[in-house]
Amino acid sequence: MTAFFDGLTLVMQADVLVTILISAAFGLFVGMVPGLSATMAVALLVPVAFTLSPVAALATIITCSAMAMFAGDIPAAFLRIPGTPASAAYTYDMNDLVRSGRLGDALGMSLLCSATGGILGAVILMFGAPLLADFAINFSSYEYFWLALLGLSCATLVAGDDALKGWLSLTIGLFLSVIGLDFVTGIQRYTFGVTNLQAGIGFISVMIGAFALSELFRKATGFGEKQAEARLGISGAPLPRMRTLWDQRNHIARGGVIGTLIGALPGAGADIAAWVAYAVSKRFAKEPERFGRGSVEAVAGAATANNAALSGSYVPTLVFGIPGDSITAIVVGVLILKGIQPGPLVFVNSADMVNAIYIVFLLANILLVPLGIAAIYLGRTVISIRDAILYPVILLLCLYGAYAVSNNTFELWIVLATGILVWIMQENNYPAAPLILGLVLGQVVEQNFMSSLIKADGNIINFFNRPIAGVLGVLTLVVWFYPLMAGTIRRVRGTAGPTDQT
Amino acid sequence: MLKKLATSAIVLAISAGAAMAEFPEKPITLIVPWAAGGGTDAVARILASGLEKELGVSVNVVNKPGGGSVIGHSEMLTTNPDGYTLGFGTAELSTFYWAGQSEIKATDFNPIALVNFDSGAFHVPTSSDWTDVAAALEEIKAQPAGTFKVSGTGTGAAYHLAFAGFLKANGVDPLAVTLVPSQGAAPGFQELAAGGIDVVLSSLPEGMAMMQAEKSKPLAVFSEERIAAFPDVPTAEEATGKPFAGGTWRGVVGPQGLDPEVAKTLEDAVVKVGNSEEFVAFMNEKGFGLRVRGSEAFGEFLAEQHVQVGSIMNDLGIAQRKE
Repeated sequence: MTAFFDGLTLVMQADVLVTILISAAFGLFVGMVPGLSATMAVALLVPVAFTLSPVAALATIITCSAMAMFAGDIPAAFLRIPGTPASAAYTYDMNDLVRSGRLGDALGMSLLCSATGGILGAVILMFGAPLLADFAINFSSYEYFWLALLGLSCATLVAGDDALKGWLSLTIGLFLSVIGLDFVTGIQRYTFGVTNLQAGIGFISVMIGAFALSELFRKATGFGEKQAEARLGISGAPLPRMRTLWDQRNHIARGGVIGTLIGALPGAGADIAAWVAYAVSKRFAKEPERFGRGSVEAVAGAATANNAALSGSYVPTLVFGIPGDSITAIVVGVLILKGIQPGPLVFVNSADMVNAIYIVFLLANILLVPLGIAAIYLGRTVISIRDAILYPVILLLCLYGAYAVSNNTFELWIVLATGILVWIMQENNYPAAPLILGLVLGQVVEQNFMSSLIKADGNIINFFNRPIAGVLGVLTLVVWFYPLMAGTIRRVRGTAGPTDQT
Repeated sequence: MLKKLATSAIVLAISAGAAMAEFPEKPITLIVPWAAGGGTDAVARILASGLEKELGVSVNVVNKPGGGSVIGHSEMLTTNPDGYTLGFGTAELSTFYWAGQSEIKATDFNPIALVNFDSGAFHVPTSSDWTDVAAALEEIKAQPAGTFKVSGTGTGAAYHLAFAGFLKANGVDPLAVTLVPSQGAAPGFQELAAGGIDVVLSSLPEGMAMMQAEKSKPLAVFSEERIAAFPDVPTAEEATGKPFAGGTWRGVVGPQGLDPEVAKTLEDAVVKVGNSEEFVAFMNEKGFGLRVRGSEAFGEFLAEQHVQVGSIMNDLGIAQRKE
């Protein structure tokens, strides 16, 4: 307990509190800009963080990422463009809710869920860190392979009405993930001698193209025709009613646990957590048919999960020095630079520092509520700007965001190409989400599959004979064959039914 | 007439000299071929801040990641050779030619100064029966190829080549141990802890957390002398009797055609910063191996790397070009 108060004293310093406020504002801004992710916000902060005291540096990173994670929902709600990849899963739900005048149920819900998720994750981090790390450390490529494949299978769940169109979109994403250098042999695939393609297709660029540019194209073609419809009904209270919030308690709790667990897995971050929570929420939802068309349940589950994942990713970071996601990869760097070696001994040697991290997490997520409300109002003001001014500015920020990833103009061509592709796809009712999922998880599936096969000398049974891998493998197969089995059972019952009645 | 010519020649020479003396007069860009937030990026940023003080102009770090760093490295060569755009080259640049990724050879770069060399180390799980690297080599030799697996590095990456080179130097087929490619040391160590592989090849500081957690132990380090921060880890020579050094490195490079005066100014500045107290303290703290070498030694090193990497990549069967 003394360590906790030592941590509290470390945080309650003027310089730490001021940096928390500044980085909060910065995080909210970066998160609101489509294409600039929470990771990028943190990456931009690194040069500053190096000059700060250890606690202030960590506080900056934690606050900034938590704020950016929520702020990504704001453009998602108002413009149908996710501000960060982690908001992509429930973008359409948010936007449809806002359109039907339920601002509080969309953004207010996501704000409170984000804060709750962050706090829930922080509490799990405080009490379960060593336990969770012991679980996560047993994951080898077999488990990752199944987990990613399970994630890909979820693509069919988020695919929308037409499963076939969803699968087609997924295959396009999987194809894009194949481009670049082969992971095992280093041989070039589909690069056609273009040096820039050796890097593979950048996820951020595709996301900006698929979600932002395609949306701008859609808006541009609609200009002049339905000008009146363009105004969004953005009236309504910024917060949901207590009753609505209470109704979502199960989704919030489930999202928090799923988010923390996925965040704790090295390599899987907030975006994957949001997708998985979205799919799981749909399974348990009262109204699964509303998912993708303005479901409060979808927002509650996924918005909780992505913030919880942030906290969860600190588990392997602190306990083994293995980063849980791209943000904590930067955190490890900052920690070492500040003379703190992450590892099991960090809980003994730097207990005050570890407690300071917990406290900053709690503080940042509490601070998220008032600052988030301010950001929502700001977002409302921004949305009332004339389209002719607003959309070019968004386009500029999107292109800047894509360029900033690798300072490479080639990324802009990728944005343009995917923007046109996805615009055409969406005009013909092909969903974009599976494409993104295919691109992200395709590489994870392939790399872990190849690693596993090499380790097992080509022996397939090794994919099942480890306890966690076996369970995940069977689960994946069930997800695949469930519709088939359910269909067969229904048909058998269907033929049996009439005979019963007669 | 002759006099006039002579005067104008002198005037020209002086003005040219003056222009030279003024270098640098505007901000310098340092291209980092890896992403922001990584190890190379961190070293580059500290180096850049030191260079700012030394040269009196701002030095901006610009990250150009992608394609296993081939994109950033290509740009270092095609940039305007005025000394205002430099690159922070890493060990990978000597592999592109052999891997068929591009036409760039290590010898194409204009060496300015080397600042870092990280020696690879041979990590095994604490539960492993191998107590020293000689025993490990014996068993690798005795068992059929592919019995043992190594990870912690990508195919054709610096540590992979160092590991293969080490096996070769000790009379073992470089292909006897199968590589399970991973992106960096961390996933490799996780595989090691999860029991999927037998060896991780990475630097000693990268294995620090796992050593403290008593999940892994280093058997040898591929350097000529023991590493100060890890006095208990024997060198390759002490462990096997055969000297071997291998690992990854970082240094400042430029395009060909730099003015010799400009190159000299830059070399002096980098060497001075490399030996400065602040930089040395940073490198030690962060666990990077310090190795500061001027242009000439760096150039020889690059030429040597080009040949060595070509030979070992051909042995491994991952080269697209013959030696």
